[in-house]
Amino acid sequence: MTAAGPRPPRTTPTRTAVAALLRKELLLERRVPQVLPAMALFSVVTFVVFRFALDTTSVEGRTASGVLWVTLLFAAMLGAGRLFVADHEEGGIDALLLAPVDRTALLIAKAITFVAFLALVEVVAVPVFVVLLLEPGLSIADVGRLALVLLLADIGIAVIGTLFGALAIQTRARDLILPLMALPLLVPVVIMAAKATAPVLAVTGSGAPGGRYLAVLCLYDLVFGLLAYAVFDFLLDD
Amino acid sequence: MYSAKLRTLALATVITLTGAFVLAAYYAPIEADQGFSQKIFYVHVPMAIVALGGFVWGGIQGLLYLRTRDPKHDMRSYVAIHMSVILGIGVLVTGGIWARSAWGVWFEWREATLVSFLIVFLLYCTYQPLRFSITDPEKQSRYAAVFAVTAGTFVPLNFIAVRLANPFIHPRVLNNTTGGALPTDMKIPFYLALIGMTLLFVTLSRVEMTHKLTRGRVRGLERRLERLQGESDPAGLPARSAAPQVMA
Amino acid sequence: MDAATAIELRGLTRRYGYRTALDDLTLTVPAGATLVVFGPNGAGKSTLLRILATLLRPHAGTASILGEALPDRAWAVRGRIGLLTHDPLLYGDLSARENLRFHARLHGVPLGRVDELLAEVKLERRADEPVHTYSRGMLQRAAACRAVLHDPEILLLDEPRANLDPGAIALLEPLVGRESGRTRVVTSHDPAGGLAEADLVLGLREGKTAFLAPVAEVDAARVAELYAA
Repeated sequence: MTAAGPRPPRTTPTRTAVAALLRKELLLERRVPQVLPAMALFSVVTFVVFRFALDTTSVEGRTASGVLWVTLLFAAMLGAGRLFVADHEEGGIDALLLAPVDRTALLIAKAITFVAFLALVEVVAVPVFVVLLLEPGLSIADVGRLALVLLLADIGIAVIGTLFGALAIQTRARDLILPLMALPLLVPVVIMAAKATAPVLAVTGSGAPGGRYLAVLCLYDLVFGLLAYAVFDFLLDD
Repeated sequence: MYSAKLRTLALATVITLTGAFVLAAYYAPIEADQGFSQKIFYVHVPMAIVALGGFVWGGIQGLLYLRTRDPKHDMRSYVAIHMSVILGIGVLVTGGIWARSAWGVWFEWREATLVSFLIVFLLYCTYQPLRFSITDPEKQSRYAAVFAVTAGTFVPLNFIAVRLANPFIHPRVLNNTTGGALPTDMKIPFYLALIGMTLLFVTLSRVEMTHKLTRGRVRGLERRLERLQGESDPAGLPARSAAPQVMA
Repeated sequence: MDAATAIELRGLTRRYGYRTALDDLTLTVPAGATLVVFGPNGAGKSTLLRILATLLRPHAGTASILGEALPDRAWAVRGRIGLLTHDPLLYGDLSARENLRFHARLHGVPLGRVDELLAEVKLERRADEPVHTYSRGMLQRAAACRAVLHDPEILLLDEPRANLDPGAIALLEPLVGRESGRTRVVTSHDPAGGLAEADLVLGLREGKTAFLAPVAEVDAARVAELYAA
């Protein structure tokens, strides 16, 4: 016997599935804004904490870069922990597994969502940072340079955050274990991003970020993007 | 059934390591800048190389587990990572002692290789907690394998990143571009120590695997016995464990 | 197997650590028939449904659904199976309509079908309110819509009538009841109700098959025995 039932198997194209998932994420976040406001608020509070912890009213250069990246990274950890909560608790993952859809669609949709979340948080957090703490201020050219570094770093953070968010959600100690795994993995991103951002935020006239740092960021995004693509299925395959 | 092989392996390990350390102590020259304390190099560097190799090996075994779902690969991955973490403690301690005698500090942040190692070590410290927090043994194996593969890939990438960020001051021992910076009388004990450390890793891994397999079999037999005696829920649930479960 | 066989299991086994959740299960369900599964909690009913839904892979034995072997060809039967369990698989913060539209897109089903189904189970009036505000009956109706949205050939139902009032049950019948004409696997704790809709009856106890027979050969007393032991 060859063809089984009265109907041939059908599959939904991955692009359609990703679009459906993204639409659902958008709806959920608009209906019950949870993750985004929390991440943004966390960033602002952290800047205030740094103001007092460093006991300084303004930062520049390497310190500014460090403050910015520590804040964004920890805000990202906050978001990564929440990324799969609704799907895990309300069965969205099972629903996806029941549909004739390539499971990678979930990875792609979640990573895109996460990049969008990070970008939106940065749209709030970076201006607040400039106003509250940054000494030199930013020129238009600096904003462009910073945006490039932010984007490249966000992709890496989103890939790791999505992969390990999906991994941690199945464990009993998920909120504990996610940052423990993701932070060391993201150290290279922090190194490169901080190195690339420091000259942009320097008071002594801004400089372009070093090309090799951006190149390593690209390499990181590429390697872990492909890796996540290759192993994500196994997290869903019971 | 394992003991004969294991005994040979253990013997080879002891002989190689002892030989290497004797050579390192008496045959290898005293390094001009650092004096006698440089001898710790023959422990520290082979240990670090074997630990990193063990992490990558754990990743390869994790990949094989995902492809075949054969529990033996999960066991190998687990044991390799477990052993490497233990060796990693040794690497950090010996590195600290060396840094203290060479540079007067316990930890040198400008030292890219040591920093990279610390990051990798911290990452792998979460391997056990990760396994422990997943109750279903099969899911535990699968998730641990995903972690092992990702972390195994991370090891080389991390070294590139940290090296780029730092002007390194690490003594370069295996500088291939200049055809080996190490003089021959240091090379011989070094490579012997490397072989010995690898043998030690293999021996300890074998011991742990044999122990786990035996314990698993004993438990399996116990359960079968209890089932025969008509107990409906034999021995209750086994204690929750971070180690791979052996089904017998 | 022939084309009229919907589900065929041979020696199906699924373990959970040391525990065997489903042990050496062999059965065949012809297309269009209803298999009712009885068994106390923990007997392996949910495990069976999840394997049939391709959500769990078998550890031993073979499972073939609509002629496709699991788990290797699971992708070919996804989208041809509907699953309705205690977990509605709906996002509480989204409305029924939004949830169903999401599933319709995932399954490549025209969005018009969502409104038809909502009308059929009389949910249109509250279709735009968040699902978490629904009563148990409404939730189950919305979940049933989700399960049959893509017109599946096989329905897997985990106690579909539990805690529902007669009105809600009546509304569900055309979608997931016998009259839906689909091949069904239904778990139940209610001997009389379960036997009434069965063609085949499977009794499970601790993962093992206690009995498997056509409904004519099983009476309520035999089902009750399962729970007594």
